[in-house]
Amino acid sequence: RKADAQRNWPRWMDRPLLKNFADPEELQRDGDPSPLSPRERRAAWLSIYKNSRCRMETCFDFSRCKKNGFKVFTYPRERDQPISESYGKILTSIERSRYYTPDPEAACLFILSIDTLDRDHLSAQYVRNVDEKIRGFPLWNGGRNHLIFNLYSGTWPNYTEDLGFDIGQAILAKASFDTESFRPGFDISIPLFPRDHPQRGGERGWLYQDSIPPKKKYLLVFKGKRYLTGIGSGTRNALHHIHNGKDIISLTTCKHGKDWEKHKDTRCDKDNVDYEKFDYQELLRNSTFCIVPRGRRLGSFRFLEALQAACIPVLLSDGWELPFAEAIDWGKAAVVGSERLLLQIPSAIRCIHPERVLAFQQQTQFLWDAYFSSVDKIVHTTLEIIKDRLARHRSRSRFLWNTLPGGLLVLPDFSTHPGDFPFYYLQQGSSPSEKFTAFIRVVSQAGSLSQPILRLIQAVSGSQYCAQILVLWSCEKPPPPSGKWPQTTVPLTIIQGRRKLSDRFFPYTAIQTDAVLSLDEHTSLSTSEVDFAFVVWRSFPERIVGFPTQSHFWDPEQGRWGYTSQWTNELSIVLTTAAFYHRYYHSLFTEYLPAGLRELVDGLAACEDILMNVLVTAVTKLPPIKVTQRKQHKDTVPQQVKGTAGAADSRHFSQQQDCLNQLVDWFGYMPLVSSQLRLDPVLFKDQVSVLRKKYPRLEK
Amino acid sequence: IMCASAKYNTRGPALIPRMKTKHRIYYITLFSIVLLGLIATGMFQFWPHSIESSSDWTVEKRSVHDVPVVKLPADSPIPERGDLSCRMHTCFDVYRCGFNPKNKIKVYIYSLKKYVDEYGTSVSNTISREYNELLTAISDSEFYTDDVNRACLFVPSIDVLNQNVLRIKETAQALAQLSRWDRGTNHLLFNMLPGGPPDYNTALDVPRDRALLAGGGFSTWTYRQGYDVSIPVYSPLSGEVDLPERGPGPRRYFLLSSQMALHPEYQSELEALQAENGESVLILDKCTNLSDGVPAVRKRCYKNQVFDYPQVLQESMFCVVLRGARLGQAVLSDVLQAGCVPVIIADSYILPFSEVLDWKRASVVIPEEKMPEMYSILQSIPQRQIEEMQRQARWFWEAYFRSMKAIALATLQIINDRIYPYAAISYEEWNDPPAVKWSSVSNPLFLPLIPPQSQGFTAIVLTYDRVESLFRVITEVSKVPSLSKLLVVWNNQNKNPPEDSLWPKIRVPLKVVRTAENKLSNRFFPYDEIETEAVLAIDDDIIMLTSDELQFGYEVWREFPDRLVGYPGRLHLWDHEMSKWKYESEWTNEVSMVLTGAAFYHKYFNYLYTYKMPGDIKNWVDAHMNCEDIAMNFLVANVTGKSVIKVTPRKKFKCPECTAIDGLSLDQTHMVERSECINKFASVFGTMPLKVVEHRADPVLYKDDFPEKLKSFPNIGSL
Repeated sequence: RKADAQRNWPRWMDRPLLKNFADPEELQRDGDPSPLSPRERRAAWLSIYKNSRCRMETCFDFSRCKKNGFKVFTYPRERDQPISESYGKILTSIERSRYYTPDPEAACLFILSIDTLDRDHLSAQYVRNVDEKIRGFPLWNGGRNHLIFNLYSGTWPNYTEDLGFDIGQAILAKASFDTESFRPGFDISIPLFPRDHPQRGGERGWLYQDSIPPKKKYLLVFKGKRYLTGIGSGTRNALHHIHNGKDIISLTTCKHGKDWEKHKDTRCDKDNVDYEKFDYQELLRNSTFCIVPRGRRLGSFRFLEALQAACIPVLLSDGWELPFAEAIDWGKAAVVGSERLLLQIPSAIRCIHPERVLAFQQQTQFLWDAYFSSVDKIVHTTLEIIKDRLARHRSRSRFLWNTLPGGLLVLPDFSTHPGDFPFYYLQQGSSPSEKFTAFIRVVSQAGSLSQPILRLIQAVSGSQYCAQILVLWSCEKPPPPSGKWPQTTVPLTIIQGRRKLSDRFFPYTAIQTDAVLSLDEHTSLSTSEVDFAFVVWRSFPERIVGFPTQSHFWDPEQGRWGYTSQWTNELSIVLTTAAFYHRYYHSLFTEYLPAGLRELVDGLAACEDILMNVLVTAVTKLPPIKVTQRKQHKDTVPQQVKGTAGAADSRHFSQQQDCLNQLVDWFGYMPLVSSQLRLDPVLFKDQVSVLRKKYPRLEK
Repeated sequence: IMCASAKYNTRGPALIPRMKTKHRIYYITLFSIVLLGLIATGMFQFWPHSIESSSDWTVEKRSVHDVPVVKLPADSPIPERGDLSCRMHTCFDVYRCGFNPKNKIKVYIYSLKKYVDEYGTSVSNTISREYNELLTAISDSEFYTDDVNRACLFVPSIDVLNQNVLRIKETAQALAQLSRWDRGTNHLLFNMLPGGPPDYNTALDVPRDRALLAGGGFSTWTYRQGYDVSIPVYSPLSGEVDLPERGPGPRRYFLLSSQMALHPEYQSELEALQAENGESVLILDKCTNLSDGVPAVRKRCYKNQVFDYPQVLQESMFCVVLRGARLGQAVLSDVLQAGCVPVIIADSYILPFSEVLDWKRASVVIPEEKMPEMYSILQSIPQRQIEEMQRQARWFWEAYFRSMKAIALATLQIINDRIYPYAAISYEEWNDPPAVKWSSVSNPLFLPLIPPQSQGFTAIVLTYDRVESLFRVITEVSKVPSLSKLLVVWNNQNKNPPEDSLWPKIRVPLKVVRTAENKLSNRFFPYDEIETEAVLAIDDDIIMLTSDELQFGYEVWREFPDRLVGYPGRLHLWDHEMSKWKYESEWTNEVSMVLTGAAFYHKYFNYLYTYKMPGDIKNWVDAHMNCEDIAMNFLVANVTGKSVIKVTPRKKFKCPECTAIDGLSLDQTHMVERSECINKFASVFGTMPLKVVEHRADPVLYKDDFPEKLKSFPNIGSL
């Protein structure tokens, strides 16, 4: 036996003579002798791979999505059919979304108005006779192109995956999904979320700063029920073994259900006493890792709670198809443990390097904020995953899903190439293009070219970084003939606008550079200012970088948000009358925001500026950047609101306040972030000879 | 054990749909066979060693034909077919793997046997060249163990790569009699060509019970996600033909098809595309009149034109990979090797290693029904993306397709990652080509956070013996509102710090840390006393910064917590004459470094500096007593890819960079030494990570015509 022990796989002396595993030619001509042609085979699949074996190619009618794109229809709500708060939020999310259509003919995806969230037939929310009702729907069509949401299936004692009605060929978006019944590439696992989960916006995560090593009191915590019998009791019953009373706190209670005392064992009394000594929220806040074991079902509220708290989930829920695993790489944010190896968990997580712990913590926060913090996000993630399947060549790679700012904010219709977005230059080892497109909006009714715009065109075209000038002509009168425009070294193109305020952020195909310099006809800028601002923008390509700024504040008297363009020590809005930003934001503005918001902007004065700032900050979580600007003549200084301002001015101003509050309402929170700094040239106003300065003109 | 087959029945068709009709009888027989099998394997437990030791394994030079012969009786047990519901937590015995500090599974390989049936006829070819290579690779890897008792995964030496050359029933019997078979638990089989005529199942037909299958050509209906591993079909051309990597970019053809014997329906679709789009599409087929001796596998023809295969693949941007009888095709490997972007048309196919590889970055998958739209779909892909896909395709081949070794190790790594998920290889490590890994950065502080102001910062003053100056610094810094603690690092081992009573009385805790050695790196040690994320490193002679300037610096750091935020800025320049880097401290319009004589940064970087500084930089700095600040600038820029932020206007600093080498003035030697540091560090890092910028940060209203008393930071820039 000793001799056996030392051996490796032998180096056969005749190994050069070994035959290939397949004849090379046979390998290359893997001809298809099947009696079915490819078309027939696909037809045959349609009849074989149905229902429990559904895949997109066999159970989903792609042709419905061809003409109108990805449009989602919700069945009209019936008055005698009350729905739960959660399901109401789901439907609201869809109806508010840019994908919503009230026309079933135009729809690609259908959502029932019957509340299917709770299919535990012992529950009060349980809707009876669903089968019957569904069969009455002329649109049902065997469930084809339907999406069904479910949070709870089955009931005591087995908690099966059965929904109590035949979902047919409908896609199931379900919490606590079991890998066994999950139809890969077809169904979607969603997280279990509480009834009071916010409709939109959502609370931010609890991580306010990165610490290394993690400065938390506990390494690993659990506080929850211990099942004495029944499904899931195996895991919950063992959790107390890892409790060490020091950095690992694992507390269980037997108290749940009506007759827990019947099954009570010798541990119960002591456990129940210890259990009361710790507060769940306190543990969540002060631990690096949180055990997220299965309950009766595979998923639990705990999962999202831990994620939000930046308490790295340690999953003990074998066979759980993790939420949105088709898109999300959970290996970056959670420890996927095995129920059978509970006792190894403490030593395993102690071995995780502090840098990795820090990366895990940050990833929990990113995922929470990108996909989970509101019902809107959960619903949209579900929809986007389905949409990605419709045109796989125009879908997000895993990289895009798992990197900030997350898949929902990355539109594959704009591009699927990371280098085209403002977010990934560093990860890609690339940098934004070295030229910009100047984009000037003209709205004045004069019909001729004013002095300011002529000066502006000269100044901008003088920049070494300017690739072209686009003029958005948004006036009733036609633009002057080409001969009237100044001669410039760069191409100048005139685009006829539709005279809507939101036009200025339309993704015109003429914009081919990464950077856009957005301008108004009245803007006054010098070539040096443009040059300097562009160089700064290249360091911050995901932000808005510009000149005049405004600042928002909470007005406690009025109980609403206000903002001011007066001189302040802070800024949170950079006016897009003179600002650089990435061209992707045009697409995001036009394609991502629902039409309703753009209509709001079209109806209010100077709201488009704010919306753009709110949007960009919501994406980046970072404030815009102000760069230095020459002293201006009084009339070009950003309008100051003084007591003497005219009626028109004050109406304009109050409209803006209104705009901000409506935007905050739509986003569900105040996305704007304040900054206290301005970027100046390195030698700005330093006591050095002007000759040594690169941007001397900025100081005049 | 109790209800595997019953489970199978209720769940409907499992691995092999066409077996459906025969279910019942089949399973009753199977069940009884398994019962017999269990008894038999139980008996085998007592024998295996005597069987194995009958051969003389100590001799290295042996032939595959000299291996022990095992006779399989006709009634020897057959494993169950396989359970479609198997997952790691149901069919895999993790206890065999255990917890180990290296987080590596142990893999055992059964010794080679020759299996014959009752009549002495051999059951299969002994072993193929490829399977031998695969087992050799496993045996040479870190995963290998020769101790069957310590193994977590078992790899039979029975070669099932190609189902065509197998006798299915007998192969199954051979599997069942393996010494640790135990219903196939923790056994891994490699198969590249599954199924057989006429309907070619997409998974190996050999009954294998709970064994994991690393298969080429799974469909979504046979692939057990998270259990099986989808592997490529190896192309022997990989080893034969050397195709040097071609830089990404435009190629002669836009789209090329090189497969032979395609189904006529596909063929006509391709021809239609060619007719529509002309010469940018090339549809190749088998050559009909090749002269003798020219291997058909190395040529392709279009009309009378003859092309070398696989070289011709390098002439196209996109290459079609269509399904044949099977879903997995060896041509995929050739196409990747050529750096041609595969256009995969094989509905329901599970792409190789799809559990870890992001195929969207390297391929275009088009549903069979959309073949007519293929050309326009491909044309809608931006050129830059095509180039990345070309690069990515080639990288996938190099890393995961090029040899049986690559395939074997990737498979084992995937299984390893499931068992030790907390030590798993990351997405980036699997998917980023070396060039991207090299040029990209993954910022360890990637979450956009603006830390709360309330926490404040910890000032760390490194001092040797300038007590008077030190006390002035302490007094000045203590006026900054956000200071939360002051830490003095006493770097003088020959002298005790002043008595407690002599220190300035300040409103925040003041701690003195004594060091064991007078090293510059002591300034960057992640002391437990540092309880804030923000650290202000400040020299013991920096007394010229105002409280407003320091407070503003802290506010700027909060907006850029992943950067060095400092006061005096410096620049590196490329000296064309000398062909090396040069250090510049003159009044320039650009900065790329800030001195850590006065700089805010995240405590994380102390941790990095102390434990992760590449090469011998740390020792070099300590030995030369210089350049610790340059080293810190390199480290932060390298890990974040971002520039420093210089705050507030230039002021007269009293030669801040000479504090460490007291007495020396800012003279030529000093500058030369600093330049040397830059060159040294650039060579250790293998790159120049420093980023040059033209901006600095000032308060929003700096120098604006506005009442000073209304400004948050009025006292900025006073000299």
